[in-house]
Amino acid sequence: MAISSSTVEPPAPAHPGWQRHLTKLLQPFLLLAPSGLWLVMLLVVPTVLILELSLIPGFRLGQPAGGYGLGNYLQIFQIVYLQVVLRSLYFATGATIACLLLGFPVAYWIAIKAPKRWRNLLLVGFILPLWTSSLLRAYAWITILRPSGLLNSLLGAIGLPGQDWLYRSPAVLIGMAYSFLPYMVLILYASLEKLDRRLLEAAADLGATPQQAFWKITVPQTLPGIAAGGLLVFIASLGDFVVPDLLGPPSMTLSRLIYDQFLRFRNWGFGSSLSLILIFAVSVAIALLIKYGDRNAAQS
Amino acid sequence: MNIAPSAAKPSFSWQFVVTLLMYGFMYIPILILAFYSFNAERFSANWGGFSLRWYVSLLNDSRIQSALLDSLRVAFTAVAVSAVLGTMMAVGLAKYRFPGKGLYRGISYLPLIIPDIAIAVATLVFLVSIGLSLNIWTIIAAHIVFCLAYIAVVVSTRLTGLNPHLEEAALDLGATPLQAFMKVLLPELMPAIFSGCLLAFVLSMDDLLIASFTAGDGANTLPMEIFSRVKTGVKPDINALSVILILVSGFLAFLSEYIRFRSERRRFRQ
Repeated sequence: MAISSSTVEPPAPAHPGWQRHLTKLLQPFLLLAPSGLWLVMLLVVPTVLILELSLIPGFRLGQPAGGYGLGNYLQIFQIVYLQVVLRSLYFATGATIACLLLGFPVAYWIAIKAPKRWRNLLLVGFILPLWTSSLLRAYAWITILRPSGLLNSLLGAIGLPGQDWLYRSPAVLIGMAYSFLPYMVLILYASLEKLDRRLLEAAADLGATPQQAFWKITVPQTLPGIAAGGLLVFIASLGDFVVPDLLGPPSMTLSRLIYDQFLRFRNWGFGSSLSLILIFAVSVAIALLIKYGDRNAAQS
Repeated sequence: MNIAPSAAKPSFSWQFVVTLLMYGFMYIPILILAFYSFNAERFSANWGGFSLRWYVSLLNDSRIQSALLDSLRVAFTAVAVSAVLGTMMAVGLAKYRFPGKGLYRGISYLPLIIPDIAIAVATLVFLVSIGLSLNIWTIIAAHIVFCLAYIAVVVSTRLTGLNPHLEEAALDLGATPLQAFMKVLLPELMPAIFSGCLLAFVLSMDDLLIASFTAGDGANTLPMEIFSRVKTGVKPDINALSVILILVSGFLAFLSEYIRFRSERRRFRQ
């Protein structure tokens, strides 16, 4: 095509109007359908299926299914299973409190007291262990806590009697705090970094002690971050399988109970109902997170 | 006290002490693991001399090697598929409005939220109910679910910081939508896609539960093998394996941070 004049014509549209219109309609479909299909097929449909199974009391693979009923959910109220649920809640709550108490000073120091140009590096350094396998990080604690492990050797060296640390509740709390502390620090940091420091200076000028400034300014200002971090650690530790199973007492937590119902006892109906209870508990936590938490911090 | 606290010494506050202790808390267990991997002694915590015998025994351990191979196969395949699907999903969600978009986005977050054990049993029930036999491909299918969700989240974050007019300009200048996507949008998204892939890769290599439930008898991934061994206590060759894996994941973490750092610097320069 020869351009005859000095005025440059805009190039003709590559597609006729109707074709362009069609591609416009097709594009979102082509982009979104494959993932959507995959998620529906391998996540939504399976969840609906376990919802159905949870309503068939005592459903076992390969046996004729009985009628619908709430038997699986009623079974959870037996003392043994209630204890499992309570134990899981206890571990999750303990881990959350531990992470808050241990994580807040760290996030506070990095966000407020550390030299500014070191902050990113310090933060990355703290969350780096998240890149290593969670299984191996729990395993590392076996080396330390086992009867002939490092902790007892150290205690023996200074003349103290060794203890049975492993396979007890404190070991689970240590392991969970170890696993989830970096998440807590990350979220609290995002929240503390946005803290308006002039408020703290103003408080100091007006004669507030550092403690007063902390409780009246820092904590209220970062409450959404505290809520977000607390709920996320709670969710993660409630569903955790590896730490309680490797470090904890033989008595079970919710995730181990679900595991056994499916792989050992083949009671898929009961396992499904437990699984839905877990999803429900997590959904409640997420709803609280959306309502009260610092969503921007949580997304980071 | 009548001496004003000097602002030049913030580093000795109690927060600093706690922070230091917590860095120790995060790293000392890993260092102990590394330390014992060179211990000649098998059962005790005492130092029995420097030795590489656990590393040698790994080299002769065909079960570990085939488990590693299975894990790598799963991770590479799942991440490759998810890189394409997850990026398409993130772009689609950023560009278009359609009825049910909120629902779609909500579902795409589910794999990040629902506990692994719940995803694992649901996937097992589904696979059994449609009569698929379990093997390495069912693990891959299940891993794609969470890999694509994580990649989409990482890519979405980058998309929100992007100039939307670049692609329109390309379209106005006569590029086809495909050309505009490949030549304008994709290069901008590349660092985010790569970071997302690294994250998904690490998560796939780390997954125990979903793989355990979807593996059947045929496949055995590395976390499954490690779990079955450490269930019964300390295994020195697992210490050696840990050190190798920790070094690899440390390298991946470094790579990811480096890419983020570079792409952020480039963005500031623009």
